[in-house]
Amino acid sequence: MADALSGASGRLRLSVGAGGAILLALPWILVALDEPFFIGVCVRFLAYGLAAAALDLILGYGGLVSFGQAAFFGIGAYTAGVMIHHATDGSVLLAWPIAIGGSTHALLVLPLAALVAAALAAGIGVISLRTGGVYFIMITLAFAQMVYFIVLSFPQYGGTDGLMLMARNAAPGLDLADETTLYYVSLVALAAFLWFGRRLARSRFGMVLRGARENERRMRALGFAIVRYRLAAFVISGAVTGLAGALLANQSGFVSPDLLSWQRSGEIMVMVVLGGMGTLFGPVLGAVALLLLEEVLQGWTEHWMLILGPLLLGVVLFTRGGLWGALSGERAGDG
Amino acid sequence: MVEQTLNGCQLGVMLFLMAAGLTLVFGIMDFINLAHGTFYMIGAFVGATSFVHSGSFAVGLVAAVAGAALAAVVLERTALKRLYSDSHLNQVLATYALILTFNEAVKVIWGPQPIFAPTPAFLSGSVTLVPGLDYPIYRLAVLILGSVLALALWFLIGRTRFGMQVRAGATHRETVQALGVNIGAVNAGVFALGAGLAGFAGFMAGPILAVQVGMGEQILIMTFVVVVIGGLGSVRGAFFGALLVGLADTWSRAMLPGLLRLLMPPSSADAIAAGVASLAVYLLMAIVLAVRPQGLFPRHG
Amino acid sequence: MAETEPLIDVRGLSRSFGALRANDGIDLTVLPGEIHAVIGPNGAGKTTMIGLLAGEVAPDAGAIRFRGQDITGLTVQERALRGLARSFQITSLCRGFTALENVMLAVQARSDHSFRFLRRVHRDRALVDPARDALDAMGLLARADTCASYLSHGEQRQLELAIALAMQPALLLLDEPAAGMSPDETRRLVAIINGLRRRTGVLLVEHDMDTVFALADRITVLVYGKVIATGTPDAIRADPAVRDAYLGHATVAA
Repeated sequence: MADALSGASGRLRLSVGAGGAILLALPWILVALDEPFFIGVCVRFLAYGLAAAALDLILGYGGLVSFGQAAFFGIGAYTAGVMIHHATDGSVLLAWPIAIGGSTHALLVLPLAALVAAALAAGIGVISLRTGGVYFIMITLAFAQMVYFIVLSFPQYGGTDGLMLMARNAAPGLDLADETTLYYVSLVALAAFLWFGRRLARSRFGMVLRGARENERRMRALGFAIVRYRLAAFVISGAVTGLAGALLANQSGFVSPDLLSWQRSGEIMVMVVLGGMGTLFGPVLGAVALLLLEEVLQGWTEHWMLILGPLLLGVVLFTRGGLWGALSGERAGDG
Repeated sequence: MVEQTLNGCQLGVMLFLMAAGLTLVFGIMDFINLAHGTFYMIGAFVGATSFVHSGSFAVGLVAAVAGAALAAVVLERTALKRLYSDSHLNQVLATYALILTFNEAVKVIWGPQPIFAPTPAFLSGSVTLVPGLDYPIYRLAVLILGSVLALALWFLIGRTRFGMQVRAGATHRETVQALGVNIGAVNAGVFALGAGLAGFAGFMAGPILAVQVGMGEQILIMTFVVVVIGGLGSVRGAFFGALLVGLADTWSRAMLPGLLRLLMPPSSADAIAAGVASLAVYLLMAIVLAVRPQGLFPRHG
Repeated sequence: MAETEPLIDVRGLSRSFGALRANDGIDLTVLPGEIHAVIGPNGAGKTTMIGLLAGEVAPDAGAIRFRGQDITGLTVQERALRGLARSFQITSLCRGFTALENVMLAVQARSDHSFRFLRRVHRDRALVDPARDALDAMGLLARADTCASYLSHGEQRQLELAIALAMQPALLLLDEPAAGMSPDETRRLVAIINGLRRRTGVLLVEHDMDTVFALADRITVLVYGKVIATGTPDAIRADPAVRDAYLGHATVAA
């Protein structure tokens, strides 16, 4: 991680170091406090944090306001869910042309979830990146809604009711049924992506991505075919979001179309902005903050959205830079 | 088939009333309003409740339009106008927060269950359009009334002083301001107009669809498809986009089950057809975008 | 011979906006190593012409040949990759990037591709060294690590030119490079463009007549979207049609 922070301020190093140390020690702390239940809650934080950081890659660095991230999140979750479902009830996923069954193997299912989400992102990206600005927002939202309807139209996977999972993914020596193992697998995935994303922002690829956000016309005049770079970033973001969805499915033991809904897309976007765009670390913090806030508000009142909604409106109207900026002193898009 | 085409036109007219407001607000204020569906929901709830309590369809209609327009003006003056010069991202987030708030508020006031929106007595029953084709009077009324409103909107934008200011404000904001036109009032007026149309659509849709929380977002996403197909900022594009989407949706829902039953057992055919039919409008959007990324009627040139 | 074949050869280039014929049958050539200025009163269609040549505006009619190939149908970035670079009339930088990073992007653009995800650009000498050279040539090296949005207007204009130089183009389209520059900065600019002569073709659109007559090998005069004269500075000065249509209204360096 230190490598991704070369030239960073002391405050930034401190923030990342402290955050990393807390996350590493968290399962022990929770066991010591006799609250092991919260390890599962923390896996949720990590999964949403990963999805938010993946959105930040294209939103914060690329300036692409994707309102369809739930499609990738949900399709990743459903990929894991469907594979586990077929494995546990012994049915086949595909009968023709070759019979394919399900699987619970972590090293098969988790990469597959990322792959399926990446393929979906490639399809949606090819069409929606032909446009820009507000069109891109509306088109990604509409395509995500289409994916939502596609998933709904499979009665064998529960339709609106969703799908209960009777097992979790596992690999030799890596049984995700153990909450602590699942936690560390999620943490490794998140840390790896944060490292990769921070490096990417300062690479040639990242320069093109960020340059196109700053000044699209200039980048074209320099000779960059910017759609290709944006599409690549969009696919990376989709793949990582799919992996995050698969991790979440493992934790909750349940997948439902709610994961694909437009509200979920909005939530992931709120996490990014709340935490601080263009920093990758910020959105993780934003995810934790939003999920915690939701938990607390839900404890107060059934109509917690009546508090959350105006609160978010206030955040948009009156604050800039996000939580991460306040904590680490890092400005958005520094790379 | 004729019946389905009429249904498609009727859905198209409703979508046009939604899309017109969305596209006007975007064209003039460069503002993307996710909460536009909220005005549709407000119109449906306020209208249905007023109709039930007063017993008068007309009172319900006026209450629906006024309620939606009033909510829009209050929101515009207190919060949204601050966002006109802000990024589209912040506009999306702010109006997303508004959706959450209003959906919850409606749940608090009316409860989470759908409420009943009655068909007025003088519009219930069917009429024989041609021998062998009975069509519900209410749907016909929606189609006619919606078309009249669409014509009135065209007249308002194209032929009146207000419309002139609106069109001028879209292209030459500073000049119009310098001429002494109150841009703030025009903006609020456009917002109220768009919301009023959405409220009207919501009220009229009440007896046909379920009046429930979430109805606003369902139609909002359809409306997005309409303006993407038609070309954002163009009222003409919104009109043709709405008709296309309305017809595509209705036809595919009507015809797909029959087609699929030729290929597979009825039970699975119906389930799959319902799923595929709801994809039709999105596929239409994808095709249009692949051919014309700026929509059928791009705003400039 | 390659020497006599024009670098860019424009034939009958036309573009209308509604009833306005912004460019009407423009014929124009720039020879290799030549500095060719285009002048004309406001509204003559100079900006449209730059847009057509750069590929941002599609022509209604006409053809553009560049280094012997027809590029009329190519996109902006395809033309850029073939060696056609432009500077912008209104400074158009990546404002959140440093001066060095802005130039590095130009260097990066002419390298093969940018699908490199991990290596940090600031340690990439193949990008940093040429970028620093281009900044040095413009006297901007001391400002290399300053964010572009903090540069003075004149410095931004110089950075604009440094970016164009770093692309190592065969033909450079300069859209009013001296606009808003101080006399000192303009003198430096003239010296730099003079240094490009014989190496790079330059098409210069400029209002400042001193700059034009100091630099141009040939001048094309555009009025109402049409070319009314092309020739050496002396020939243009002596041309009665030009005097009548244009120079008569302006203060000319006699």
